Amino acid sequence: MPQQQCGFRDAKVKKIYLDHVSSKPIHPRVLEFAKGYLKHGYGNPSSLYSVGLEAKRILEDARIKLAELINGENENSIIFTASATEANNLAIRGTALRNVSKGREVAASTIEHISVLNPMKELQKNGFTLNLIPVDSMGVVDLAKLDEVLTKNTTVTSIMYANNEIGTIEPIREISTTVHDKGLYLHVDATAAAGYIPIDVKADGIDLLTLSSNDLYGPQGAGALYVKPGIKLQPILLGGGQERGLRSGTENLFAVAGMGEAARMAKDEMAQEARRLKGMRDKLIEEIVTIEGAYLTGDPTQRLPHHASFRFEHIEGESILLNMDMYNIQVSTGSACSSKTLEPSHVLLAIGLKHEEAHGSMVLTLGRSNNMEEIPTIVKAVKETVERLRKLSPLSNKGVM
Amino acid sequence: MAQIGYSKKVMEHFMNPRNVGTIKDPDGYGKVGNPVCGDLMEMFIKVKDDVITDMKFKTFGCGSAIATSSMVTELAKGMHVDEAMKITRNDVASELDGLPPQKMHCSNLAADALHEAIKDYKGKKKSPERGSKQQKEDTRKDSKQ
Ligand code: FES
Repeated sequence: MPQQQCGFRDAKVKKIYLDHVSSKPIHPRVLEFAKGYLKHGYGNPSSLYSVGLEAKRILEDARIKLAELINGENENSIIFTASATEANNLAIRGTALRNVSKGREVAASTIEHISVLNPMKELQKNGFTLNLIPVDSMGVVDLAKLDEVLTKNTTVTSIMYANNEIGTIEPIREISTTVHDKGLYLHVDATAAAGYIPIDVKADGIDLLTLSSNDLYGPQGAGALYVKPGIKLQPILLGGGQERGLRSGTENLFAVAGMGEAARMAKDEMAQEARRLKGMRDKLIEEIVTIEGAYLTGDPTQRLPHHASFRFEHIEGESILLNMDMYNIQVSTGSACSSKTLEPSHVLLAIGLKHEEAHGSMVLTLGRSNNMEEIPTIVKAVKETVERLRKLSPLSNKGVM
Repeated sequence: MAQIGYSKKVMEHFMNPRNVGTIKDPDGYGKVGNPVCGDLMEMFIKVKDDVITDMKFKTFGCGSAIATSSMVTELAKGMHVDEAMKITRNDVASELDGLPPQKMHCSNLAADALHEAIKDYKGKKKSPERGSKQQKEDTRKDSKQ
């Protein structure tokens, strides 16, 4: 959406960016670390001459840093891709297709990202059975149902570490126990969670895990899939056999190097940064739920430290987003009006909201640029936005005459 | 090239919508849309000698829905009802310097709500005995397009 200079939007008002779940700026230290590889990183990691060997070293260094972030067995367990979407596709299609001899069933929660659900549906079209696991009103996966539907034919079950729209953190260890009891592999999409909460693939019992560079403040254009040693999957991109044959295509050295450095920074600073964000998040939630007809969406405690999501009665999310932008505050929404399909967010419907309830959604995700001093400004803008839009709404009786 | 985002004019009407509110005892009332699929628009008109003298709206919907309802009130105010019946969604959209393609349906709604209000007014004129009060049930019956 273009920036508009009208209404009461003042260009001098400081920007408060609250949509870190959609996109993050590259961290300056990450950029500093990786920018040399954009300029000089033309060596192909597959080539044997010195420039190629240097590229290879950079790649392996990034692999080690990513493995360390999630406590992976070793650097060989990390496969670089061009995005988290690609990693999700590789995880799901790669394992399902490679293991057809063991079964043709797959499972996922109803609140998975579209880049998990769509490959699953594609498998379904091709004769696989897809089991969708419901969540409760907080967005927590129904463990009893999971236990009930999984069979020894379920080759891959995909459950996200935490949800990007409602912030709920899933009980991954319990999920892992059930999956390994009944089915074969557990894939976890950690795009929204990585860098905010500690992830330990060994202790958590995870077989495949998706990571995104940009979600760690790294450059766009890189993602990674952790593959536990011994897991059998087949590539979805065929070619020169890079990434142990699992993902052909020359690696994006700049993005991958940046992703590695971003992972190292996330690991070193996570505890402190999460504490800082959580303080701001709690203050935001505390203030915003005092607005009449305002409700928190997602779990109040099992929640990402930077994530505050709400719904407001009688108003619509896209107009909330536009109105907040007039205060130079950027937010996101799961409203039908803001989606390409004009359908409300599948996550909000999955937690049991009615269409018109999902309509009033607003998602605030805090990040490194935010600080406690901004909270009163944000709260004031939200209050004024809700009040103004309700005056326009036929559903609210606060009319103006 | 397809339009990306909203025009300045849309944002201006979104931020400063004209003629927001309701009219007690309107001469015509139109309501279209459905909160389940997202959009709900109400239009109230006052008519004298078949000319729209006043008009108010209330809208539950996106920025484009709000801007198009505001614009349609500006266009129709002062118009003869027969003329106002001819206002199309394209008229509304072009007055706003265009709308992104996926938002054209919102301008449909604004034109429809206006037309419903005029039809309501004309219906009341024919049978004045039931005409003096705002009758939601009556307007709902013939509000299909
Ligand atoms: S009101 Fe839903 S898209 Fe315009």
